[in-house]
Amino acid sequence: MKTITTDFEYLPATTLEEALELLSQHKDDEYRIIAGGQSLNTAMKHRLIAPEYIIDIKGLSDLDYIKFDAKRGLKIGALATHRSLEKSPIVREKYSVLCEMEENVASVETRNWGTVVGDLCNADPAVDPAAPLIALDAKLKVASKGKERIVPAEEFAVGFFETTVQPGEMATEIQIPVLPPNTGVYFTKYSQIHGDYALGSVAVLITLDKKKETCANARIGMSGVASTPIRAKKAEGVLKGKKITDEVLAAAAKVASEETSPISGIEASAEYKRELAGTLLKRVAKVALERAKKA
Amino acid sequence: MKRELNIVVNGESYNFFIEPKTLLVQVIREMLGLKGTHQACDSGSCAACTVIVDGKAVKSCSILALQVNGKEVTTIEGLADGTKLHPIQQAFIDNWAFQCGFCTSGQIMAAKALLDENPDPTREEIQVQMDGHICRCTGYNMINEAIRDAAKRLQSLDAAKKLPAQRNLKSQKWAQTAKSGKGAA
Repeated sequence: MKTITTDFEYLPATTLEEALELLSQHKDDEYRIIAGGQSLNTAMKHRLIAPEYIIDIKGLSDLDYIKFDAKRGLKIGALATHRSLEKSPIVREKYSVLCEMEENVASVETRNWGTVVGDLCNADPAVDPAAPLIALDAKLKVASKGKERIVPAEEFAVGFFETTVQPGEMATEIQIPVLPPNTGVYFTKYSQIHGDYALGSVAVLITLDKKKETCANARIGMSGVASTPIRAKKAEGVLKGKKITDEVLAAAAKVASEETSPISGIEASAEYKRELAGTLLKRVAKVALERAKKA
Repeated sequence: MKRELNIVVNGESYNFFIEPKTLLVQVIREMLGLKGTHQACDSGSCAACTVIVDGKAVKSCSILALQVNGKEVTTIEGLADGTKLHPIQQAFIDNWAFQCGFCTSGQIMAAKALLDENPDPTREEIQVQMDGHICRCTGYNMINEAIRDAAKRLQSLDAAKKLPAQRNLKSQKWAQTAKSGKGAA
């Protein structure tokens, strides 16, 4: 039986202020923040990390929210669980792609306890919410005592299991703008077993012009195909300003494949994942396009 | 440094002092001796350790026990009424929904959480809920059937409970109408 073998000092916070105070006190110590801990506890059990302090923010009920405003868009607090995002009626109505993504995250039990922001902070290269958040032009709010900064979703992860969040800081909120008219978004994840981390996942946002003929704007997010989730900017450039045909999609897929930098693993080779990114892009963009036409 | 944990398990309140590194499954199995909650993969991948915390199915091997402080936990031992099995447990037996039985307690707890929230789930909804439960004897189809059967059993139990209550309501209404003298017919 695997247990956590190394002792740590447990520091629970009940408000954001308290959490930020604890973080500022311990910013030079070996600490970890725990929300749901669905990845952190496993990492500790597998002896991958052994922090001296655990700052528990699960009790921060002031950050357990999902709010929508017709002008400012969607805000997801740091303590909102995967499951609450999946089951939120307003998210289903306005950003259905997030619900579709959530249905593929781990299992119901994990989604019931794990948080969306915590998942992003764990920064697995294949983290599920990253690709759709990049496509949706989401931003993350990162706070420290007396300070706040906003980071675009594509800049949040900076390396393999590493984020922009510095000692003394914590991510507190995801902000997603209102979708422009004539916009469609879709996401697909490919994994060997449903709920596993993706071998590759792709999210595409397409905004059509007023006549719904040419692509006015495109955003592409990808997970699992580099050391962090990425935004495929060059492939977006291939789509922008064009009528989206199979030829255009094939060209975009080729460019997107080149933008990836996957590593080989036991489940798939780097070449496979590179191909996969392009293939998924073609499929996902087609659905996003259909949705944009109907929007 | 040990910390205080107040927890309600299967309706009973407990108070412990535990090391913060203690996982919920350790409290359940080692401190309370409730060995019906099983551990297999120990990494959150198999769901054998599923229990219900405040109405939601969660994996007890992947949760720090202190995070459940002040909350209510239900384990497989909390379902039966004395020697009378819970309808979900009975449905699992009657539908041949397990072989070795190792994963069954986790499966039943997930099914309980689903049926508490959604009394009449479709086959697909059951699949989504049970998706994370690994059964190496692979009786998945029978598990799904058992849960649908359990839903029917629970619904008919519910209906049986409601019937006398509705009758009461009707007779009260009748009594009221009779008193006020309006529409006695």
